[in-house]
Amino acid sequence: MITSKTTFQGYRRENGRVGVRNHVLILPVDDLSNAAAEAVANNIKGTLAIPHPYGRLQFGADLDLHFRTLIGAGSNPNVAAVVVICIEESWAKKVVDGIAKTGKPVTGFGIELHGDHDTVMRASKVAKEYVQWASELKRVECPVSDLWVSCKCGESDTTSGCGSNPTVGNAFDKLEPLGATLCFGETTEITGGEQIVADRCANGEVRERFMMMFNRYQEVVERHKTSDLVDSQPTKGNIAGGLTTIEEKALGNIQKIGKKCKVIGVIEMVTLCAASGYAVHLFPTGQGNVIGNPILPVIKLTANPRTARTMSEHIDLDVSGLLQRQKNLDQAGDELLEVMLRTCNGRLTAAEALGHREFVLTRLYESA
Amino acid sequence: MIHFVLHDPKDTVAVVVVEGVKAGQDLTGWIMDEDRTIQLKSQQDIPIGHKLALKDIKGGETIIKYGHDIGKAIADIKAGAHAHVHNIKTKRW
Repeated sequence: MITSKTTFQGYRRENGRVGVRNHVLILPVDDLSNAAAEAVANNIKGTLAIPHPYGRLQFGADLDLHFRTLIGAGSNPNVAAVVVICIEESWAKKVVDGIAKTGKPVTGFGIELHGDHDTVMRASKVAKEYVQWASELKRVECPVSDLWVSCKCGESDTTSGCGSNPTVGNAFDKLEPLGATLCFGETTEITGGEQIVADRCANGEVRERFMMMFNRYQEVVERHKTSDLVDSQPTKGNIAGGLTTIEEKALGNIQKIGKKCKVIGVIEMVTLCAASGYAVHLFPTGQGNVIGNPILPVIKLTANPRTARTMSEHIDLDVSGLLQRQKNLDQAGDELLEVMLRTCNGRLTAAEALGHREFVLTRLYESA
Repeated sequence: MIHFVLHDPKDTVAVVVVEGVKAGQDLTGWIMDEDRTIQLKSQQDIPIGHKLALKDIKGGETIIKYGHDIGKAIADIKAGAHAHVHNIKTKRW
């Protein structure tokens, strides 16, 4: 049982936010800097490079989102310190200045006028100092109200809506009164259930913002769809798992917000959970998704007994007993909270142990 | 043994939650919201995670799951038959 007295062992950062991991990130601003970033991470053990394919020839809102996502990732409380590498020094500085607002150690390097060798050497020296400094940081006792928990499901099937999503909902209903900060993310995948989410908004202003975001994305769908979304929503995997229509999938997805939680704000749907500062992520899956993230631990649960059997190494919590009436939702929710707290205290998730570090940046439109 | 589950007693389809359901098998279903069970005979083999109809459904009728509209039947579906993309479609797209 989780109560107001429940605590976990976290890293309290300079700005007061609490992380559950202690990464030293080597952050490339653009694809050109991936090689140098990976070389630094190879030189300095215990650091983590997060290569990605973007950052050049973008402009406008797309470029702005790129910068905000990188700054957000570096600012995440699971990160102790950051080395930023960019082809241009001035853009490295932009990301450094953004991350520096958290008070954590961060240094940037430009490759132009230096080349990879010199950049890797200079960055490695700083990375070594950071990783030794971070290795001495101690976990401290923190209340559940310091925890930021996000959720998003994947490879859903019908068991997601019956078992694993309501389990997350039950956990959220227990975390919310304790003051934890919670987030659930969907886009087209709440189509058919948007009214239910709208009705759950805490006030008219939030409701209006939510419907604006939802409708704006529906317009993107309308503009780019070829025939209809029947080919992509539900996905082929969803259909193989027994999900028939987007409405059915949406209603299953919405089980994650529990019975009581209210929607109090709407973040831009494309802003990643890690970049928004969430420290731990709950991921219900049906057919078996293998996703992880370099910055936040991703806890995967399933209610599908076949997935729990055939993909057991990816599953942190098997709640298939729910669908056999062997346990109730309250028990499943408590089990999930227990796994979550153990993970927050330092236990590696399946995805972390298997080396899943998917870092997927969103692009708003084709800019080059 | 629970063979299928449904959320709301008004639902017209339910989800098979065990592997290897065969045609003609006597099945036990669990109505989660009311925590009681019902019995139904399957008309077809149905894979785990897929749905079966809980009553005879006519083409054009609205399909109810979670107590909500999830689409419409595009063919007649017999009680106990496999209910999926071949006989149900979204009303959205």
